[in-house]
Amino acid sequence: MLREGFDKRISGLKDKVFQMGNMVDSLISESMEALLNQDLEAAAQIEKKDDKIDKLEMEIEGECMNLLTLQQPLAGDLRLIAAALKIITDLERMGDHAVNIAHVTLEIGKEPFIKPLIDIPKMADYCHNMIEESLNAFANADVEKAKKIAEMDEEVDKLSDRVFEDVIDIIAENKGLLKQGSKLLFIARYLERIADHTTNICERIIYMVTGVYKEIN
Amino acid sequence: MGVRIKIENLDFYYGKFKALKNINMNIYDKKITAFIGPSGCGKSTLLRTLNRMNDFVDGVKIDGKVLFDGIDIYNGDLDPVELRRKVGMVFQRPNPFPKTIYENIVFGLKNNGVKDKKILDDVVERTLKGVYLYDEVKNKINKSALDLSGGQQQRLCIARAIAMQPEVILMDEPTSALDPISTAKIEELLLELKKDYTIIIVTHSMQQAARISDYTAFFLSGEVIEFDETSKIFSVPRDKRTEDYITGRFG
Amino acid sequence: MDERKLLKKRKRKDKAFHILIFLCTIFGVVVLALLLIDILKKGIPMLKLSFFTNYPSRVPERSGIYPAVVGSLLMILLTCLIAFPIGVGTAIYLEEYAKDNKFTEFIKVNIANLAGVPSIIYGMLGLAAFVRFMGLGRSLISGSLTMALLILPIIIISSQEALKTVPRSLKEASYALGITKWQTIVQVSLPFALPGILTGTILSASRALGEAAPLIVIGAVTYISFTPKSLTDPFTTLPIQIFNWSKMPKREFQNVAAAGIIVLLIILLAINSIAIILRNKYQIKMKD
Repeated sequence: MLREGFDKRISGLKDKVFQMGNMVDSLISESMEALLNQDLEAAAQIEKKDDKIDKLEMEIEGECMNLLTLQQPLAGDLRLIAAALKIITDLERMGDHAVNIAHVTLEIGKEPFIKPLIDIPKMADYCHNMIEESLNAFANADVEKAKKIAEMDEEVDKLSDRVFEDVIDIIAENKGLLKQGSKLLFIARYLERIADHTTNICERIIYMVTGVYKEIN
Repeated sequence: MGVRIKIENLDFYYGKFKALKNINMNIYDKKITAFIGPSGCGKSTLLRTLNRMNDFVDGVKIDGKVLFDGIDIYNGDLDPVELRRKVGMVFQRPNPFPKTIYENIVFGLKNNGVKDKKILDDVVERTLKGVYLYDEVKNKINKSALDLSGGQQQRLCIARAIAMQPEVILMDEPTSALDPISTAKIEELLLELKKDYTIIIVTHSMQQAARISDYTAFFLSGEVIEFDETSKIFSVPRDKRTEDYITGRFG
Repeated sequence: MDERKLLKKRKRKDKAFHILIFLCTIFGVVVLALLLIDILKKGIPMLKLSFFTNYPSRVPERSGIYPAVVGSLLMILLTCLIAFPIGVGTAIYLEEYAKDNKFTEFIKVNIANLAGVPSIIYGMLGLAAFVRFMGLGRSLISGSLTMALLILPIIIISSQEALKTVPRSLKEASYALGITKWQTIVQVSLPFALPGILTGTILSASRALGEAAPLIVIGAVTYISFTPKSLTDPFTTLPIQIFNWSKMPKREFQNVAAAGIIVLLIILLAINSIAIILRNKYQIKMKD
C-alpha cells in the first residue's frame, strides 16, 4: 500500500490526540475530586500534572508541522492535521481550567462549604461525558455523535445558570459568605468554559470529516 | 462567467482503443484550468483535441462536440489552421526552431503575411517583455535560440505562441523538463498571462495545479472523474478516487 | 598456479587475434597502396598542362582529356538538375503526404529495389527509351537522363532518411502556430534536412561521375575531337576516355590512361570532401 509510513504517522497522531484528551479528562476529574473532598494535597499536584499535558501539546504540534512541511498533505489528510492543531489548543485550555479549579480548592482550604455542592458536580459529570463522547467521535470520525454533544452543552449552561442563582441568593442573605460564594461562581464558570471548549472540538471534528465549518452553539 | 470552450459528450478513439469516454466540460474564459491524473489517462489526448493536433495521427475518430465560442471545431466551418491560430500550444520539452530568437517569434506572423518590419519588431519586444525574457536577451535577439537555457527556451516558446495573439493557450506539462527556479518563473508568468488569455495546463504536479489553477479536472482511464474549483478539489474532493489520487494512496 | 597459467594462455590468444585482425587490415591497405603507386608512377609524368587542354590523339604524348572533363562536368550538372527536384519531391511526398497503405508500400519497395539494379541495365533502358523511342540520339541529354534515372533512387532514399531526422517536436511547434503543412515543409523540414539531402545528392553524383557501362551502352562516343555545344551533341566522359586509352595497342597509352585515372580520382576525392565538409558544417545540433 502506498504511503504506508505516512499512514502510520497519521495514525500515531490520532492516538496522541486521543491520549491528550484522556489526560485532560482525568485531570478534570482529579481536580473535581480534590475540590469535593477538600483534599489540599491532591489539589497541589494538579498543576504539575498539567505540565505533562502542555508538553504533549507541543509534541503533537511539532509532529503536525513536520507532516505539513514534508508530506504535502491534501484533502482528508490535510483537514485531519488542521483539526488536530486546533483540538489540542482547546484541550490545553481545558487542562488550564482544571488547574484553575485546583487553585480555587486551595484558596477555599478547609473552610466548610457554604452550601452542599450538587449542581457543580453534575456539571463536571456532563463535562466528563462530553469529553469522552467527543474523543470517541474523533477516533471514529463520527459526525452525528459530534453534533449530539452540542445538546449536552445546553444542559451545562442551564446548570451554570442555576448555580449562579443559588449562590447569589445565599450571598444576598449573608454578605459574609461573599468570598467563598464568588469562588464557587468561578468554579461554575470554569466548568462552563470546559464544556464550550469541548463543543469547539466537536466543530473541528465535523470540519475534519465534511470539510464544512459549522458553528454548533 | 463566460464559457470559452464547451466539450459535449466527447468520445475519442485511437483505432479501436477508446481513449476518452463521454467527456463533458466547460473551460472558463480567462481562467487557468488544470488537467491532473495518472499517466496515460487521456489528459494530453483531450488537450490535443482542443486544437486538432490529433489530426496528424492516423486512425483517430471523434464522436461528440467541441465548441469554441459556440462553433463546432470538428464539424463546422472552422479551418483547423485558423483554429490553431486562435488556440496556441506550448509543449513539454521546449522546441524553438533552429533560428534566431527574433525569427522564432515572428515565424508565425510572417507565414501569415505580416511583412512590416516595424510591426514585427514591436511584436518581438512586446512578447519578450510579456514573458519576462526581454532584459535577459535584448542584446542577443539575433543569436540562435538554441543557445538559451532550458527555462529561457520555454519562455521563448510561450512568447512565440502569444505573438499570434491567440485566445486560448494549451500547455502540455510545460515545466516538467525544467528546474525549480525556471518552473517558478513560468508559473508566475502564467498568473500574469491569465489576465489576457484562457489557459489550460496538463500537469503531473498536483502542487503546481494547486498553486496556479482556478479549476481542476481529475482524469482517470479516459474519464473526467471530478471537475471543480481547485480549492475544493484539493481540500474536500467529492469522489474517493480523486481523494486517493491526490493524497498519493493510488494503487 | 593453474589459474595463472590459464590467464597467460588467454592473454597470448588475445594478442594473436589482435595481430591477425591487424594483418587483414594491412593487407587491404597494402594492396590499395600498391595499385595507387603503380598508377602514380605511370601517370604523373604525363600530367603536363597540355594534357588538360588537348583533345585525344593517336599520338600518346599529344593526347589530352579536355573534352572528357568538359563532358563529365556537363553531364553531371545536367543529371543533378534533372534528378534533384524529382528525387527530393518524391521523398517529400513519401515522407509527408503518402498514406500508410499498400500502394505506398509498393512504391517504397520498388524504389529500394531500383537502387540495387546494375547500372548497365539503366544503360539499356536509356538506349531504348531516350536514344531510340524519344529520338534524342546518342547525345548529352540522353546520357544525362539515363544517369538521372540511375541516381534517382539513391537521392530519394537519402532524402527520405534526411527528412526522417526532422524532429517531430519541431513540426508540431510549427503546426501549433497555425501554419500549413506546406509552409512547415518548406520552412522547417527542408532547411533541417538540407545537409543530409545535399550530402546524398553529392555522393550519388560522384557515383554517376565514375560510371562507364551505361554510357557506353548509350553510345557516348569512343573517339571525339570536339566538346558538346548543345544538348543533342554527342559527348564523352572521363571513365569512358580512360577505358578507350587502356584498350589502345600502343603501350604508352597505358600511361595516358593512368594520368586520366589520377585526374578522375582527384575529382572524386574533391567532391566527396565537399560533401563531408558540408555535412559537418551545417549539421544542426539540437540542444538536449
